[in-house]
Amino acid sequence: MRKLVALLAGLIFGLGLVVSDMINPARVLGFLDLFGGAWDPTLAFVMIGAVLVMAVAWAIASKRDEPVFGGDMPGTASSLVDGRLIGGAAIFGLGWGLVGLCPGPALAGLLVGGTSVCVFIAAMILGMGVQNMARSP
Amino acid sequence: MNFDLTNALFGLAGGILIGLSAALLLLANGRIAGISGITGSLIALRLPAAWTESLLFLAGLVAAPALYALIVSPPAINITTSVPVLIAGGVLVGFGSRLGSGCTSGHGVCGMSRLSKRSILATLTFMAVAIIAVTISRNLIAA
Repeated sequence: MRKLVALLAGLIFGLGLVVSDMINPARVLGFLDLFGGAWDPTLAFVMIGAVLVMAVAWAIASKRDEPVFGGDMPGTASSLVDGRLIGGAAIFGLGWGLVGLCPGPALAGLLVGGTSVCVFIAAMILGMGVQNMARSP
Repeated sequence: MNFDLTNALFGLAGGILIGLSAALLLLANGRIAGISGITGSLIALRLPAAWTESLLFLAGLVAAPALYALIVSPPAINITTSVPVLIAGGVLVGFGSRLGSGCTSGHGVCGMSRLSKRSILATLTFMAVAIIAVTISRNLIAA
């Protein structure tokens, strides 16, 4: 059942990226181009919709001892703010701004986004791999 | 500003779907729908215990737009970025999202919605840097 839920959640996530047009980097760059004179606020509406639904989910989760299909609920969010967090977010933001793709929309475009998306994904996985290796002892 | 009500409503609807996906994964499986975390864990030397679930989630994420293209219409994906910039952007996105423990989904959607201080600061940081990057590349260099 957990595996079916994971597949279904992935399908819904991908559909959400298509419906919202966040799968299209041009739309994302339109939002990030805040001072270009033709600001496209769509991404803000996507975030509002997603965050509101998820806030309800966290409220429900806080009243449950465990997830429906077993295991543990995620622990309390860490409050550690350090250089890794802010530096990592800044590096991620730079790459996001250069192309208009972040990990979700990039992977969603794997089969429908042509060569450019595939090149981006390959580079992204390389970057993740380098970080994984730097992290492990 | 370029406000279009249709785009806003589809954006809201798509956002609700993304929220429902993350809510389902949290309440049913107890997992966080953070794409960089899930992807990064699958390319680690030691695979996580529930790696099949992670792989199936990503399979759904990849399959949905392809199914949409077959059933409805292919989604437009407009990229004019040159290959060197695509590669640089990809490496930065992969490295930075792992170093900072999250991306738009993990920090932006899942973390901000539980009012995590870390996630709010991370989201403000990557939004600000991305806006600066786009402003410089589009309006100063390109102009």
